[in-house]
Amino acid sequence: MTADAPSTTSDSMARSDAPPLLEMRGITKRFPGVIANQDVSFDVRAGEVHTLLGENGAGKSTLMKIVFGLYQQDEGDVLLRGQPIDVSSPSEAIAARIGMVHQHFMLVPTLTVAENVALGIRSERGPLTDLDAVSDRIRELSNSHGLSVDPDVEVWRLSVGERQRVEILKALYRDAELLVLDEPTAVLTPQEVDDLFVILRRMTDEGRGLIFISHKLHEVMALSDRITVLRNGRVTGQTVPSETTREQLAEMMVGREVKLVPDKPAVTTGEPRLAVQNLSVQGDRGAIALHDVSLEILAGEILGVAGVSGNGQRELAEAVAGLRKPEPGASISIDGTDVSLLNTKARRDRGLSYVPEERMKDGAIAEFSVSENLLLVNHDGDDFTRSGLFDFGKIKEHCQALVNRYAVKTPSIETPTSSLSGGNIQKVIMARELTSGPAVLVASQPTRGVDIGSAEYIHEQLVAQRSNGTATLLISEDLDEVLGLSDRIAVMFEGRVVRIVDAADATREGIGLLMAGVTDSAPAG
Amino acid sequence: MSDFFTASILVATIASGIRLATPYLFASLGETIGQKSGVLNLGVDGVMLLSAFFGYWTVLERDNLWLAVAVSLVVGLVMGLIYATITVFFHATQGISGIGIFLFGLGFSELMFRRQVGTPLPVDKLPKIEIPLLADIPWLGEALFQHNPLTYAAFLAVPVVVFMLNKTTFGMNVRAVGENPQAADSLGVSVARTRFIAIVIGNTFAGLAGAALVLELGIFQQNLTNGLGFIAVALVYFGAWRPVGVMTGSLLYGLVAATVLQWKAQGIIPRGASDIASMAPAVLTILALILLANRVPAPAALTRPFARH
Repeated sequence: MTADAPSTTSDSMARSDAPPLLEMRGITKRFPGVIANQDVSFDVRAGEVHTLLGENGAGKSTLMKIVFGLYQQDEGDVLLRGQPIDVSSPSEAIAARIGMVHQHFMLVPTLTVAENVALGIRSERGPLTDLDAVSDRIRELSNSHGLSVDPDVEVWRLSVGERQRVEILKALYRDAELLVLDEPTAVLTPQEVDDLFVILRRMTDEGRGLIFISHKLHEVMALSDRITVLRNGRVTGQTVPSETTREQLAEMMVGREVKLVPDKPAVTTGEPRLAVQNLSVQGDRGAIALHDVSLEILAGEILGVAGVSGNGQRELAEAVAGLRKPEPGASISIDGTDVSLLNTKARRDRGLSYVPEERMKDGAIAEFSVSENLLLVNHDGDDFTRSGLFDFGKIKEHCQALVNRYAVKTPSIETPTSSLSGGNIQKVIMARELTSGPAVLVASQPTRGVDIGSAEYIHEQLVAQRSNGTATLLISEDLDEVLGLSDRIAVMFEGRVVRIVDAADATREGIGLLMAGVTDSAPAG
Repeated sequence: MSDFFTASILVATIASGIRLATPYLFASLGETIGQKSGVLNLGVDGVMLLSAFFGYWTVLERDNLWLAVAVSLVVGLVMGLIYATITVFFHATQGISGIGIFLFGLGFSELMFRRQVGTPLPVDKLPKIEIPLLADIPWLGEALFQHNPLTYAAFLAVPVVVFMLNKTTFGMNVRAVGENPQAADSLGVSVARTRFIAIVIGNTFAGLAGAALVLELGIFQQNLTNGLGFIAVALVYFGAWRPVGVMTGSLLYGLVAATVLQWKAQGIIPRGASDIASMAPAVLTILALILLANRVPAPAALTRPFARH
């Protein structure tokens, strides 16, 4: 699994007499029509990692925004080192030695590392910057914390893992005692996650307190000293890793038992339904983003694509779906017919379905009603029209049936899609794409940002399609999802498929090495 | 044709090109500072018209050139306060509110001119100052060191702005809020204050551009700038948001314009083609923009208002 975190239990025991670094007592925060936090109590001791676990919308972010001064609580107290505090802006939080590593990097790409670190700090030289001194201090901190990064290089030149280190350096430079890490592993490879955890442990050993926000259960189990679970704004459980399991944590998050890994019935695979040969595709910036990719997916098979975001997965999905033009010499076949020169509509007519990565941008039209979105791909078919006009009776019947079958939670089929939750919007898209019984399904990040309950349901649907003989190309940054659903796994790095392995032989570590481009030593299994 | 390449005419043309470049340089330097902070100001031309008019009127009424420069500067500053308030505190759409500022400047300067002045009377121009010793260098001295004080000021402003943007905390904040205001905000940098100050400085430069224009010509008329402020905005793109690049663009523009004027005066360009030849600087700018397009990205947050939630 992930980093072997040195235990600090004895450490935090020794300090348990001292007041906690941060204590939140009975916090309630209301927004019009919503209670974001209700009577939440939570504390962090010096030297520990306390994880906040919860679904999107469970209230984790609201709670942390109160700590960081972006929101004010309606009820309850926040105490820092035993003293009540009232933080009302990020600069006050920083002054109180609270740091935050945001989910989306808060870096200025055109500035150097040193400039990014120095932003907002009073310079020793008055109005002039003092970057040489800042660089020196960064080098010291880098050395003492194992955060190697060149302070004089512009941030846009850095890898994602290095950028993460800059974020942590920013907090260390300000000597943050309490550090909030909001989903810091979302964009990292498993190896980078391991490195990060070693760094974080070093920080707790120095007596800093960390709040770790995540929904990746294996990371939570590996890193946390304590875990607090939130659901619908309330605390639903507080535990320590040694006394719980991933399944129990998921249950606390969702409120019912969930299957993290779907049951996959044995399926006899058939003929190749999707065959991609020598596919090269340009990325958004004109450079080749996908190099000479060849793969085959059989009937009844799920081929998972693992890789850190931005290594050509999106280009692969869009090229197969017909949204991106392949370079000459490529072929993309569905059931033996080359479709590489056909448009999207013609590919769909041959049995292609596509669940895009950006569900609100490419997957659905936000302002359209649920029924309009359900109809989008076959609105011109004979099924729903009479003499060229919509047959609303039939449409309503069809959409209501889909909403029922795919358990979409919506007030009505006429509700604007934008008012549904992420999970329900994804179910609408899945319903639309799966109802035709596709030959080939391209599913990109099907459960990203989706609540665990909906994710479980979406996984079941993907497995059901597999049993029906669909060939599925599953692209996901969630390695657990890829490992749990796939029959074979293609690992992508820098626009190439570096290896395709049998899921039965795959391990997190092996896939992780391949994701980082290490191919020579790595037995993927 | 050969007449043009006599040394004295070449030198005079270069000197005139530098003179013509001055208002462009002031205006585009100011626009650079504003855009670096993430705020587009399309109102430069209007601010220049206002500051040019009030500068001209001051000379007319008080016969004091330095007071006129000060008045133009203050007009730019006040317009900066207005534009900064609109865009920073009211989060107005920058494109359209800049055009609003332009139209206000165009209309109000004309209205004031008609009501308060009526007939365009020539006034004193800014005196030329010969830099001791340097002005005596053959050829070079005449081309570079016999200009009015605002021209010197404009070119001296280039290294000052470079230093300000790259070596001061304020400049670093400007670059940060123009690229990723959320990041700057999360570190306690006030995006609103940084942008506000950058806009005010930028508009003050536009005010000086107006002064440089009108006090070089010694006369005001309706729509005196004739779109000069918009060219200045284009020059910022041409110069890739770098003061030195912007200076290069302004000089190029000024020199081409001066050459065209010179050729017209010498009859090298026939009278019939005179209007077409006047377009040369603009055509050149457009060509340069096409060639440079997309090579250097604009500040990422340009035109995007910032609000915390």
